[in-house]
Amino acid sequence: MDFWNSSAISITVFLPLVGAAIIALIPKRSEEAARPVALVVSLLGLLLSLGILATWWFSPERQAGALAFELNVPWITAIGANYHVAIDGISMPLFVLSYLLTFLCSVYALQHIEEPGRPKVFLSLMLLLQTGMAGTFIAFDLVLFFIFWELVLVPMYFMIGVWGGPRREYAAVKFFLYTLFGSVFMLVAFLALYFQSGAQTFDIVELTELGAAGRFAGTFGRLAFLGIFLGFAIKVPMWPFHTWLPDAHTEAPTIGSVLLAGILLKMGTYGFVRIALPILPEGSQAFAPLMAVLAVVAIIYGALCCMAQTDLKRLIAFSSVGHMGFVMLGIATLTPTGINAAIFGMVAHGVITGMLFFVVGSIKERYHTRAIADIGGGVLQTMPRMGAILTFVAIASLGLPGLAGFWGEVFALLAAFNPAPALVDAGYLTLFRVCMVVGAVGTVLTAGYFLYMLQRVTMGTAPERWKEHHLPDVSAIEVTSWAPLLLLTLGLGVIPALVFGLTNPDVVAIMAAFSG
Amino acid sequence: MDSVTTIDYFALAPELTMVATSLVVLLVELFLSGERKRWVNPIAAIGVLVALGFVVALAVDGTSRGAFGQMFVVDSYALLLKAFFLLTALFVLFVSYRYFSEFRTYQGEYYFLLLSSFIGAMLMPSARDFVMIFLALELVSVPGFVMAGLRKFDLRSNEGALKFFLIGVLSVTVLLFGLSIVYGFTGTTDLAGVAEGLRAIGEPEPLLLASLLFVTVGFGFKVSAVPFHFWAPDTYEGAPIPVAAFLSVASKGAGFAGLLQIMFVAFAPYAEVWGPVFGVLAVLTMTFGNLVALQQRNIVRLLAYSSIGHAGYMLVPFALVRDGLTEVNDIAFAAVVIYLLAYAVMNIGAFACVIAVARTHPTRDLNDYAGLGRRSPGTALGLTLFLVSLGGLPPLVGLWAKFFIFNAAASAGAWALAAAVVINSVIAMFYYLAIVRTMWFDAPASTAAIRPGFALSFAMTALAVAAVAVGVYPDLFADVARVSTLVGAAAP
Repeated sequence: MDFWNSSAISITVFLPLVGAAIIALIPKRSEEAARPVALVVSLLGLLLSLGILATWWFSPERQAGALAFELNVPWITAIGANYHVAIDGISMPLFVLSYLLTFLCSVYALQHIEEPGRPKVFLSLMLLLQTGMAGTFIAFDLVLFFIFWELVLVPMYFMIGVWGGPRREYAAVKFFLYTLFGSVFMLVAFLALYFQSGAQTFDIVELTELGAAGRFAGTFGRLAFLGIFLGFAIKVPMWPFHTWLPDAHTEAPTIGSVLLAGILLKMGTYGFVRIALPILPEGSQAFAPLMAVLAVVAIIYGALCCMAQTDLKRLIAFSSVGHMGFVMLGIATLTPTGINAAIFGMVAHGVITGMLFFVVGSIKERYHTRAIADIGGGVLQTMPRMGAILTFVAIASLGLPGLAGFWGEVFALLAAFNPAPALVDAGYLTLFRVCMVVGAVGTVLTAGYFLYMLQRVTMGTAPERWKEHHLPDVSAIEVTSWAPLLLLTLGLGVIPALVFGLTNPDVVAIMAAFSG
Repeated sequence: MDSVTTIDYFALAPELTMVATSLVVLLVELFLSGERKRWVNPIAAIGVLVALGFVVALAVDGTSRGAFGQMFVVDSYALLLKAFFLLTALFVLFVSYRYFSEFRTYQGEYYFLLLSSFIGAMLMPSARDFVMIFLALELVSVPGFVMAGLRKFDLRSNEGALKFFLIGVLSVTVLLFGLSIVYGFTGTTDLAGVAEGLRAIGEPEPLLLASLLFVTVGFGFKVSAVPFHFWAPDTYEGAPIPVAAFLSVASKGAGFAGLLQIMFVAFAPYAEVWGPVFGVLAVLTMTFGNLVALQQRNIVRLLAYSSIGHAGYMLVPFALVRDGLTEVNDIAFAAVVIYLLAYAVMNIGAFACVIAVARTHPTRDLNDYAGLGRRSPGTALGLTLFLVSLGGLPPLVGLWAKFFIFNAAASAGAWALAAAVVINSVIAMFYYLAIVRTMWFDAPASTAAIRPGFALSFAMTALAVAAVAVGVYPDLFADVARVSTLVGAAAP
């Protein structure tokens, strides 16, 4: 049991890396063997992550604000960086979700990998990506966090650049350079914290304590927040740093889009919750109004852009801008409600938008086009089950009560009605309430563009040429890889405590600095 | 007294071994015929290994030694850089083997010149005296002039060598002039003595400032800092590629070693004066190098400009030096040394891959790399790794090199410099990625096989393993660099 407690996370995080190495060693002539190997590795990863979740949930010692499965050993003694990994209720849902999505992606990959195929390389990259994603959520040392954070760049770059759509090269480079630009500023800000801390530490827990004690106050705190903000805001992406997203999501292969939308974007918002807010409470308070404004701009802007899209996949991509706007609005309120809503929104967006990209990928595979006009409506006629799934997920995404998309948005708006006391004292109450109203208008626009999309894609009469094609409906492998997400969409909608129960105690603990 | 007359041969053993090896190589080649001439390469490699053994023995022995009245010192810093130069020599030999055996002529001469140059590089970190530094620098440079011109049949090689020669001689003259003025003021050529002398003078006189400028300019040429860089791309392009690798790593490394010793020790009292100058030089160098590299279509020229960019990063810690601030100076000093080590791994690795591809595509055009990922996955993977590492991505060695530069800048509160490095890292990533993109995303332009051969493959693999290993566990480097005691010893 001691062994499990100290090394479960390390094993789970590095298992995909080992899997990637194994796949890379498969000889070229039996390249197809990569698919089952990746499936087994990602299934093991999922089981391990669920094991961690179960041990943690049923552990009698579990308490709010405490880290579980902690391992803290010296790593770079020259700068006092440690290999510090652990998990708590904030990390847990995202950590498990990353394993779930990767597993479902490897199920999906049994049937479908974009041109030029080469499953061996593709799946190694996917597993490498998994290590980076999962690692980001469990790193409790800024340097370690940064390593995992950057680790996702290269595999995603290759996924987009090799397996992507027509403008893949442009999209891949744009994705890479945008993220890199933000993250190097983030690194400098981390170093600034290190020197300002007085304790020469990169440890997130220690820095959080120092931050709560007011160590990073004044101009320094704001500048440091600005550096970190730049790194996270580009990743989320917040308006106006979002321009890489539509290109990257649209051009990426299906699995790439699913993981980008499902997990990679959450790394940014998670960073705000884990690092930026707790360590720099003063900086956060100074920037929260700005963040709230940018968040609602993103909601409205994303919705308006979606209205204007003629490309189905690009529409889904732009919808992420709006959804992440709700997440950021929740974070900007600096209240436990807002943070809980944000984490719920992250999970829901990961499940729903991941699912949307799956469906759109499958539709594109059959129609060989992403243009809404070329599809010409009537998916419910050509592929009834596919059409039904798309309808269900789109409706979940627009935030219908009873489905997963609802809770994150409604609680984010609720939190904006009542932001943190410090923000109220500073006279921002009106601003946040205006943001709430504008955000609420955004939900209407969101419903509008999704319904408009459904009207143009699923309903109506299918053009004759598609009817003659006898497009194959949802395959067994697709059902298998989608069923868990569809169930979660419904499950999270009906029982939101599935996420709130995990996150709330730790969110309250981490936000203690703002509550007084 | 006895320190002048008796010579500690053990302290000199690595250099003496190298001298003997270089002579053996020159002689043996005369008696070998045709194909067999390539045997001089392994002979040279054995000599380098023996010298490396002596360096290790000296390190295990652990006592600080000196010779020639402390003009030549063997301390942990010197040993670290000696080991670094010897390992560099070893890898340059690996990447030279096939290139020069197919080149046929001048093998003995080349290896002799190469080893001589490395003797100069090894003397440099031991030099604690203006005269020794000057000698070491000349010993590095002069064989370099000849090596750069070894491709006699190629006009570009002639041009590059001539430029290198003229500018090299000019810069060394300027440097010598500057050093002689300082000698005139302080009455000593000993580095620590000069520092004391300068402290006694106090407020710098105009002529002393001029001499500081001369020394900066002299070394500026050597490390190819902007605006003294313009010889480098032409020379690298004209030279045989292994020589370009040598120039960009060992020759530049020797320049930086000399600069470290002079600036951090002898001129430390005037750090307030020259520090900002180095800051400007650093920003100019990295920005110019990276921006021009964006335009290059020839891979060697691209790497040349990229190496100018990296020289810019290495100049950043010089701008942080303040007399008496031992803590910051130590971090800055270590940052330069670490960067040098990391840069060598990545850059020799990149050049090794370029040499491998150049066997089939002598034009060295970027288009030759189209579809390399499919034609030769191993080479393409290696080059990708080295380029991405040069760009500074984890978990590779290049990240830590930059990290320690950031660390130094942050510890001194030089946020503007840190921001300059940040922005430049992104610019640099753009052209590194352009090569990666060509290799993996584009369709192959030809199907001719790339066959690196054993020595090159070994060099690529070993360097790639080193880049990853240090990337994952950077303490390997950081600990090594901390043993440098030069700065601490010189503090007042």
